[in-house]
Amino acid sequence: MLSVTGLESGYGRARVLFGVSLEVEPGQLVCVMGRNGVGKTTLLNTVIGVLPATAGTVTFDGRDITRLKPHERVRLGMAYVPQGHQCFPTLSVLGNLLITVEAAKQPRAAIDAALEVFPALRPLLKRSAGHLSGGQQQQLAMARALVTKPRLLILDEPTEGIQPSIVLEIEAAIQRLHAAGLAVLLVEQYLDIALRLADRFVILDGGQVVRTGAAEELHGEEVRRLLAV
Amino acid sequence: MPAFLNQLPIGLSIGAVLLLIALGLTFTFGQMGVINMAHGEFIMAGAYTAFLLGDLLAALPVAFLVAGVMGLVLERAAIRHFYRRPLDTLLLTWGVSLVLQQLARDLFGAPNVQVPAPSWLAGGVGILPYNRLFIMGLAVAGVVAVWVYLTRTKLGRRTQAVVQNRQLAATSGIDTGRVDMLTFFIGSGLAGVAGVALTLIGPVGPALGTYYIVDAFLVVVAGGLGQLRGAVLAAIALGLLNSYAEFWSDASLAKVIVFAVVIAFLQVRPQGLFVLRSRVLT
Ligand SMILES: Nc1ncnc2c1ncn2[C@@H]1O[C@H](COP(=O)(O)OP(=O)(O)OP(=O)(O)O)[C@@H](O)[C@H]1O
Ligand SMILES: [Mg+2]
Repeated sequence: MLSVTGLESGYGRARVLFGVSLEVEPGQLVCVMGRNGVGKTTLLNTVIGVLPATAGTVTFDGRDITRLKPHERVRLGMAYVPQGHQCFPTLSVLGNLLITVEAAKQPRAAIDAALEVFPALRPLLKRSAGHLSGGQQQQLAMARALVTKPRLLILDEPTEGIQPSIVLEIEAAIQRLHAAGLAVLLVEQYLDIALRLADRFVILDGGQVVRTGAAEELHGEEVRRLLAV
Repeated sequence: MPAFLNQLPIGLSIGAVLLLIALGLTFTFGQMGVINMAHGEFIMAGAYTAFLLGDLLAALPVAFLVAGVMGLVLERAAIRHFYRRPLDTLLLTWGVSLVLQQLARDLFGAPNVQVPAPSWLAGGVGILPYNRLFIMGLAVAGVVAVWVYLTRTKLGRRTQAVVQNRQLAATSGIDTGRVDMLTFFIGSGLAGVAGVALTLIGPVGPALGTYYIVDAFLVVVAGGLGQLRGAVLAAIALGLLNSYAEFWSDASLAKVIVFAVVIAFLQVRPQGLFVLRSRVLT
């Protein structure tokens, strides 16, 4: 469904990705891992189109989307939850959901469906998003992604810097969405969570893929060694 | 005493004009990081539109369109290639500004022209002349329209989203390029309306915009980028400060005073009157 081939990108003259290739099959959960600063976020930003690819291709459902704008990719069925539980701070929780549902040209019912996944947001709908806790903002960010009715969900460190009780809720939500058939491209720094969720691993180092494999092929020990500083 | 009071409507109407001008600037600067020096020439274009039409009420919408389209063309043809590079946009639009002024000189001649005020604006109530009241009303209408647009329409909410977090807006499915075009159109159009307003209080010349653009930028900086409330308060304050500084000293010393006050204010509050606050940003 998503196929990335020989992808290169970076910031100005500083190249970060040196020919990254990976595949996400329909319904699959692929976890990208790697040490801090290896280019995980850069990879996801290039896949969604916030950063332009300087070489290589991104295809989605067989269609070359390398040159499409981010909003066009969203309309094709990709959704992105960036690192750092971002939201539109002055809008209410509902406002955040509405603006996304409208922009993605989805019916309002999509909001209800997303709130089924994150019921904790229901009592907060009128609250200003800037005043939520980090964990609540992360749930809102994921709900925002869901209202676009994606077929591929791209998550950048959804559990980073979030209180433990909500980490569990988020993990459970990802698990349920994946079980319901949603394809997920996940960046996750906690190995235990990654090992519980992932079908496949892609391990990055220095802007390149150094190891890839199915969850069964890759033992925790080996991954741990590859991620060790 | 009456002379002192007479400065009040003058200051308020200058503030009103500054506000109409600054609304466009604060959003193009806050949203796109563009310092548009050619914004002053949209004021000039609006004023010449009023001169050509000779009818105040007809000139308002036409000037909005004329200046809006000029802004749109400038944005599409040049500025959009320089987003988030304020210094480059400053040089680029400064050049455009000089070209547009020369164009106005070729078209309308270098000497100032006078636009006759409609007879129904002669007179006033108490210390408030009707023409100054009309300008204040125009600014109030402009602010209300912008506020309704930003908070009550789909496109306006998208504009707010782009101002707050461009990448997040793009990845939420918002076509940020279209939002940018629209912001430019509306902001430039309001400068055109400001130009029409200025024909009520003075002559029109090719350099009209240059007299106001610097003060309008001061309003933007003092009010906080992309902040409606901040722009309103800063514009009124600067308008009053301008007119009273001029009243107590003279025109050139007044400029120095205004600059000094704004710089002193920015020492205390470098971020302007209002800033976007959230846990994400702090
Ligand atoms: N906006 C930017 N401008 C310039 N360089 C950047 C920018 N963002 C990231 N980088 C650099 O690119 C490299 C890869 O960063 P990236 O954010 O992709 O890493 P990451 O794997 O996501 O790290 P983390 O685990 O900390 O999130 C780093 O060396 C970083 O310093
Ligand atoms: Mg990252």
